[in-house]
Amino acid sequence: MSLKKVHDDQPKEFKFSTENIKKVEEILKRYPNKNKKSAVMPLLYLAQKQNENWIPLAAIKYIANYLAMPYISVYEIATFYSMYNLTPVGKNFIQVCTTTPCLIRGADKIVKLCKEKISPNENEVSKKSNSSWTEVECLGACVSAPMIQINDDYYEDLDEKSTSEILESLINNKPLKPGSYRGRKNTAPEKIASINGGKHA
Amino acid sequence: MPKILINGKEIEFEKGMTVLQACELADVEIPRFCYHEKLSIAGNCRMCLVEMEKSPKPIASCAMPATEGMSIKTNTPFVEKARKGVMEFLLANHPLDCPVCDQGGECDLQDQSLYYGVDKSRFVENKRDVKEKYMGPLIKTQMTRCIHCTRCVRFATEVAGVPEIGAIGRGENMEITTYLEKSMESELSANVIDLCPVGALTSKPYAFEARPWELKKTESIDVMDAVGSNIRVDTYNWEVKRILPRLNNEINEEWISDKTRYSCDGLLKQRLDVPYIKKENKLKKSNWDEAIALLVEKIQSIRPDEIAGHIGDMINMESALGFKKLFNLFKSKNLEFREKNFYINSEEKINYIFNSSIAGIEESDLILLVGTNPRHEATILNARIRKTFVQKKVPIFSIGDPGDLTYDYKIIGNKTDVIKKIVDNEHEFSKKLLSAKKPIIIIGESALELKSGKYIFETLKNYLINNNLINENWNSLNILTQNASTVGLLDLKILQTETQDQFFSNLRNKKFKLLYLLGSDNLDFKKDNEFVVYQGSHGDRGAEVADIILPSATYTEQNGLYENLEGRLQECKKASYPIGESLEDWKIYNKIIKNLGLQEKTSNFDQLRKEVLNNIPNFSNLNDLPKIEIVKTNEIKADFISEEIVIREFDYYYTNSISRSSKTMSECRQIRQKTIKDGTNN
Repeated sequence: MSLKKVHDDQPKEFKFSTENIKKVEEILKRYPNKNKKSAVMPLLYLAQKQNENWIPLAAIKYIANYLAMPYISVYEIATFYSMYNLTPVGKNFIQVCTTTPCLIRGADKIVKLCKEKISPNENEVSKKSNSSWTEVECLGACVSAPMIQINDDYYEDLDEKSTSEILESLINNKPLKPGSYRGRKNTAPEKIASINGGKHA
Repeated sequence: MPKILINGKEIEFEKGMTVLQACELADVEIPRFCYHEKLSIAGNCRMCLVEMEKSPKPIASCAMPATEGMSIKTNTPFVEKARKGVMEFLLANHPLDCPVCDQGGECDLQDQSLYYGVDKSRFVENKRDVKEKYMGPLIKTQMTRCIHCTRCVRFATEVAGVPEIGAIGRGENMEITTYLEKSMESELSANVIDLCPVGALTSKPYAFEARPWELKKTESIDVMDAVGSNIRVDTYNWEVKRILPRLNNEINEEWISDKTRYSCDGLLKQRLDVPYIKKENKLKKSNWDEAIALLVEKIQSIRPDEIAGHIGDMINMESALGFKKLFNLFKSKNLEFREKNFYINSEEKINYIFNSSIAGIEESDLILLVGTNPRHEATILNARIRKTFVQKKVPIFSIGDPGDLTYDYKIIGNKTDVIKKIVDNEHEFSKKLLSAKKPIIIIGESALELKSGKYIFETLKNYLINNNLINENWNSLNILTQNASTVGLLDLKILQTETQDQFFSNLRNKKFKLLYLLGSDNLDFKKDNEFVVYQGSHGDRGAEVADIILPSATYTEQNGLYENLEGRLQECKKASYPIGESLEDWKIYNKIIKNLGLQEKTSNFDQLRKEVLNNIPNFSNLNDLPKIEIVKTNEIKADFISEEIVIREFDYYYTNSISRSSKTMSECRQIRQKTIKDGTNN
């Protein structure tokens, strides 16, 4: 769980951008004023997004002061949930699903490619593409296994060729589009001969 | 009252009780780790499982509300199997290091594993290991031993009011820590050591000092502040090894302040063990005969009205009475015990005690602090105010700015003008005060020290009397004294009302030729030609200026009575004996009296105690509140002076000679000062 360890090199200050402040105000409207600490999770998420996919201590302090919470409570929450990163993970954070369905469909090959193209170790930020990769549990897209998540987007129906193209595109800083890499629309069935001759059962 | 069946026995219980509490009523002991009476319910250790009729699964009794007609069984094989299972899980990751663990002998896990433990572990995987955490100079951590009961987390957030401890991570990776491993900024922090059911949080200064069964335990009273917390003094031979709280719901509940707990290492350092005499501007070791002879010679050569005595902050009532009698023999009336000149009206007992009582704070519906910082002046009392604040959301107001008190309060002004407005019913606060049923007004020494101290006290008292807020059922007037000796000495009439201010002006004008300090280290004066006698236990500020030092015993080394700020008389018991040649105070007086040639005037300790008990006004019983007696006294008029109410800075860890000698207290103080200076302690 090295992503949960507080990073040694911390920025001194953190502040929400004007754009995010507007979002924060929107979020706070969802909760009664006396319970504004309920907004801590969306705020942590916003902070993580603003700060290249990780939450510095300054942001924990900032959010705690913003919501009038003790620092330790915000820190507890940030360490509890696996989707908050407390160390830098790079601008492109690649999460490779390696749970059973994806693994059967060849997730191990994707992991191998990540090791070759991004960084030899998990959670290691590669300098040339400013990205890192990690293995994660099921991301809920088994129907289009194997898949990876880069930041907020799902790249699905992958094979070795498409994966290496995607990873190359990250290195060249021209990321490819997310979605299915076998031309499927969403998770629609593919046009292959079915047992029933194409007719519904 | 509703009834519940426990092991087939019918028990009546109060509505709102949990199954565990109902079981306790039936004298059935339920093992527990996370449940604690004074904390909120967490229900996470699962040790308190019991069998409930019609429930296929065992239930956690600490979190289950008891209801009418429930049938609970606690002694069935089903229950035992469930508890054994829980215990096996708890022990799966718990290290087998009892021989080197300080909790050994008083460990809940150790005790309960004797009943529910399995003789060998089925857990063959690697045990988890957790890094030690820094929690300040008082708390030693060994977090591998932690069973995640979260008692410490709940204590810090609920009772101490400093939410700094938390559980980070989850599942197997859960760890208890303070935020970024800073020390806890609370005066109650060390109570987590008592709360910890295992050896994860243990006492740092007491580490590897002794085993609990080797220690002699003496039930005593604390004298670090005027609260009079009930303590247990643990001694190994002569040495006081540690001080622990004793349960007393009227005063300190189950908590004591860090100063109470950890000043005890000061009892071993800087001690005066033989009499000293100043020769050629240097203190030289001497003996009793020489020192007493010199003292008597000085006394006989100086006019009685030029002899003055000052009684210190931790002196018991017997010693003080003996001192007063000694001064009668000297024919001197110049006695004082206040460290600074604050106004006190000693005519009536209600004028100088905390009349609403500490437990009474919980009944109040409005609290006004006048020139006081209870967090530092009476930490345990502040914890009670916080408890009331948390439970009842009682509104709290303050005149003067006391800083962070661990709860929210509103400052209604910084000047005495506010008080004038309140008593004239011109302030909006007057309405709130008069509509409250049980308000509490706490006047601190900082307010009484002002020039308008007399005005503040007398007008507020009159105002309360006129509005019937001082009556037999409820007395809103409270004085927060800071020293353990103050109330007792006022009862012994050490202070004469007429000559209240004379001592300090005489001292300033150098009218005294001989100053006899009885354990008094906080008196602020510049020594010129006075001959100073210091009778006390520690080489501190008093001994520094002394010409003769008479070594005496500390509060753990002699019996004595103390009255706490409520006027509750409690007994401090002798836990060990005086060091070296030092003697109990009354024995020193007798030596002096004998040397004066007044053999027949000597008195022993029992006589002094009897006399003390006869001299206490409104005395009811030992350990009880004094009788309520309200006398109609004449209204005292005082002139109004407009001035600012400044709350005196209080060096919390350095208030008396014992805490100043304590290494632990010095460490705490350094961290506190560092925190103030650069806002961080790590």
